[in-house]
Amino acid sequence: MDWVADFWIPVIKAIVVALVLLTGSAYMTWGERKICARFQVRYGPNRAGPFGILQPLADGVKAIFKEEIIPNLPSRQDKVIYVMAPGLSFAAVLITFAVIPFGPEVDLFGKQVGLWIGDVNAGLLFLLAVAGLGSYGVVLGGWSSNNKYSLLGALRAAAQMISYELPMGLALVSIVVIVGSLNLNRIVEFQGNWPLVALQPIGVLLFLIAILAESNRSPFDLPETENELISGFMTEYGGIKFALYYIAEYAAMVVNSAIVATVFLGGWKWPAVLSNLHPLVGVALFLAKVTFVLFLFVWIRTSVPRVRYDKFMRFCWKFMVPLALINLAVTAVVVALC
Amino acid sequence: MLRDSILGFWHILRAMGVTIRYFFTKPVTVQYPKEPVKLYPRFRARHQLLRYEDGPYQGLERCIGCALCAAYCPTQCIYVQAEENLEGVQRSPGERYAAIYEINLLRCMFCGYCEEACPTGAIVMRRQFALADYSRQSLIYTQDRLLEAANPNAIILNDQE
Repeated sequence: MDWVADFWIPVIKAIVVALVLLTGSAYMTWGERKICARFQVRYGPNRAGPFGILQPLADGVKAIFKEEIIPNLPSRQDKVIYVMAPGLSFAAVLITFAVIPFGPEVDLFGKQVGLWIGDVNAGLLFLLAVAGLGSYGVVLGGWSSNNKYSLLGALRAAAQMISYELPMGLALVSIVVIVGSLNLNRIVEFQGNWPLVALQPIGVLLFLIAILAESNRSPFDLPETENELISGFMTEYGGIKFALYYIAEYAAMVVNSAIVATVFLGGWKWPAVLSNLHPLVGVALFLAKVTFVLFLFVWIRTSVPRVRYDKFMRFCWKFMVPLALINLAVTAVVVALC
Repeated sequence: MLRDSILGFWHILRAMGVTIRYFFTKPVTVQYPKEPVKLYPRFRARHQLLRYEDGPYQGLERCIGCALCAAYCPTQCIYVQAEENLEGVQRSPGERYAAIYEINLLRCMFCGYCEEACPTGAIVMRRQFALADYSRQSLIYTQDRLLEAANPNAIILNDQE
């Protein structure tokens, strides 16, 4: 009987996490509209249900029942890619969450169950690899749309994602140097007393800026600039395919916030005084940290205007990458001396 | 370079400080159908035809069908057709009354000149502003609709405010 449990527990965990992540991302659209509205001294959506709480549901139903429009594409293969691209973008984001631990091991029906899907020993590497996969969805979508704005948006997205993966990766390498492991569970365990943000203040800033660029968030939402590219790679998409891109963007925000919470803010572990009380407290701590980072995303969006493209790329290569390298070098020296 | 980035970082922090202040203020949105809107006392919206409320002519229409409003109207949106009052069945105190009185609100620009032109003070502009409708025909207001009083969901501010 044991192997039955061993097979089904991860499957059930994966399904639950996927559903929670989906709902969470859908509600992130609502949350962002609501928070953004309050920043602009408005109420935001408040028609569907109390406080507009059913707005994501209404949006979803609307998107599903929209007419499906596929632009006049030169060949059949392009149509396949065109339909596939939003799904690819979305799937890559969902997979990322597989290695993020959101709680300690709990005793469930007499069995020790870890509150993570996969305990991968190269978890950080997995994160970076799958995050890189996400840009394929954007690039293929923009390319297969047969539209100059989409293509330009996709080109920008590709350049932006590849560039900003560098400082993002380098910021994570400093963490690996300190902790001595790529395993995300180990990284969380390491932060029992102090979150790594205390040791890596520059690292966390670099990482935050990099994930803003990675998830195409304002002020770095250059692939979808409304005023020059009429929403870039999403121009030719409508209905549920557009919704899939949209929700992939928000899921990427959630996942990236989860990475920040796990790697820099101590995940479910810090402060250990609280998380030792009950496993659910740990989960709540993790969720609170994710929510905080998500709020930060929206806060930055309402405060900072979009950056010009050339300045944006220069900022990455001439400022962030050197700073990340210096940060890494200093960290390595300090770790070697201690 | 370093100076610029520190300065830029400081500016972004200050920008975020500005926005978070507004996050904690009450939204300025008026939830209109639920909450009343605030209107200024001299706000002009839909017309109303008045009757005498007291005195010797109580209950009669003030309009005597002179069509001065129609003559004065810059957009010519008022149409008046007068008829003689008969003995015993008076609708207005004068010799004549308005048999047909129509205002095309699609043309009206709410300048209030009709109000100024009227010798008997029969036509006034009231504050009913929610005038959207489904057809052009229904926006040509006829006499019976103009005689109805209309009270919008609004608070009238003081002149000083």
